[in-house]
Amino acid sequence: MPFIPNTDADRKAMLERIGVESFEELISNIPEELRYKQAFNLPEPLSEMEVVREVHHKTRCNRTISDAISFLGGGAYDHFVPAAIGHIISRSEFYTAYTPYQPEVSQGTLQAIYEYQSMIAELMSMEVANASMYDGGSALAEAALMAVAETRRKKILVARTVHPHYRQIISTYCHGQAIEVELVDAENGTTSLPDIKSKIDDNTAAMIVQHPNFLGNLEEVFDISQLTHENGALFVTSNDPISLGILEPPGKYDADIASGEGQCLGNSLNFGGPYLGILAAKFKLVRRIPGRIAGATVDNQGRRGFVLTFQTREQHIRREKATSNICTNQALNALAATVYLALMGKHGIQDVARLCLQNSHYLADRIQNLDGFQLAYSAPFFKEFVVTTPVLPVEIIEKLTLQNIYAGIDLSQFDFGLKNGLLIAVTEKRTKHELDVFIEALKNV
Amino acid sequence: MEIPKELFYTEEHEWVLIDDANNTATIGITDYAQSELGDIVFVELPNVDDEVKQMEPFGAIEAVKAVSDLFSPLTGIVTEVNMLLQDRPELINQDPYDKGWMIKVQLADTSELDSLWSPEDYKKHIS
Repeated sequence: MPFIPNTDADRKAMLERIGVESFEELISNIPEELRYKQAFNLPEPLSEMEVVREVHHKTRCNRTISDAISFLGGGAYDHFVPAAIGHIISRSEFYTAYTPYQPEVSQGTLQAIYEYQSMIAELMSMEVANASMYDGGSALAEAALMAVAETRRKKILVARTVHPHYRQIISTYCHGQAIEVELVDAENGTTSLPDIKSKIDDNTAAMIVQHPNFLGNLEEVFDISQLTHENGALFVTSNDPISLGILEPPGKYDADIASGEGQCLGNSLNFGGPYLGILAAKFKLVRRIPGRIAGATVDNQGRRGFVLTFQTREQHIRREKATSNICTNQALNALAATVYLALMGKHGIQDVARLCLQNSHYLADRIQNLDGFQLAYSAPFFKEFVVTTPVLPVEIIEKLTLQNIYAGIDLSQFDFGLKNGLLIAVTEKRTKHELDVFIEALKNV
Repeated sequence: MEIPKELFYTEEHEWVLIDDANNTATIGITDYAQSELGDIVFVELPNVDDEVKQMEPFGAIEAVKAVSDLFSPLTGIVTEVNMLLQDRPELINQDPYDKGWMIKVQLADTSELDSLWSPEDYKKHIS
């Protein structure tokens, strides 16, 4: 395999055609002082066999989720990914397909997107879903911009209990558009209704909450929704789609825009990305939805088919006046979610959610009986919770990593005022034995 | 192409009906504009009491193949919006100068009227 496709003869032919003697002559207009003269700090060339050996050696230094018992969460979860998903998304019709602008050659991709949208809309009880965004954070930030456009108001209220990275993305998206972003504080690990009351006004476009929130707790979504709507603002949520197997969907508490991170639906952790941004809304907001929407239609012979719809608002047509500067979607990740949802079905999602709930509550009960450990909050939670620890979380994390246990996320790095907070996530994959091993390990920290 | 004599026009294909008595203007898009756009599927208009500025966008009009901005011919405050267009945007195609009107504006500066085009000017522009 030729790694450098130009032979000496090729280079000579090209230089002759250009009309120069040598490569040095070709770049003679680059001043001497700007040229890098030293040798590159690179190892000597290796044979293919040597490269394979080297890379294999390096990959053995990786630590992955399958080598350990993981309690890591915070938006990226170790849920089970059935083998059928990898098989289907690896088919070259899906794997290599690029953008499905042309319906005459993209029916399979468009139908998959349409089915994804239909399942997401049903899971969230929302009227319309788009073809997906980059990830949960960018979906939520786009939702904020939708609310600003719809209400023509310039302030966004964001619960502090929203994922800190998502909050950063919201601020980045709003920066430069003169949109004010204000944080709403929490009490007992959930959003404070009195604080919303004191901060919401007739310039507030949206109230944004995550449910379950970053700390794992359930928010008072019905009350927050009502309070938000009384002030003429939109209620925007970020939801864990797995939680919707057991919790009321956002449509039931009248969310105007519902978003979420879809990694947990049949997508591997992928070293942090690519992930899947879920975005759904009420139908009256359909023209504000960024990115793509696949629609069902009929051709001139009355046969069912699929097209991208509302393209007139996208960047490749509307240029700088487009609804959003996203001009793609996470098609393969959305397909994985579609296959996952189809495989699991209504009862499968409910079972996964119930197992997460049972596992996390078993673990939380056992941990709070350990000396020095306490549950940080008394609020109801789903699959994730915060414990306060007798020693710094970083010490626990380091110590348990040596025992192949990923204890959780050290919350001292965020703005929750928790020096000793450890965020622990428990999925359906954790066995009772694994939970007990974790508890034993915590006893000895 | 119909270009009514009693109206004024802009380069961006809006028409303006001036009501001198009330110092207001009714605004829509021309027959030429609707025929160029093709089937109109959605129109986004401002709210009553919003301010519109001369030659700045006051809304957007969506046809099957494109979305275009609507430019206000004059500066003022919106006093009325044609709500019928929300459900029946096709009225703009069918009857651009009457049932397809878009907004009424209380004028802020009558000197702006001088910058509007006569039917003859507009006819030259599109021919």
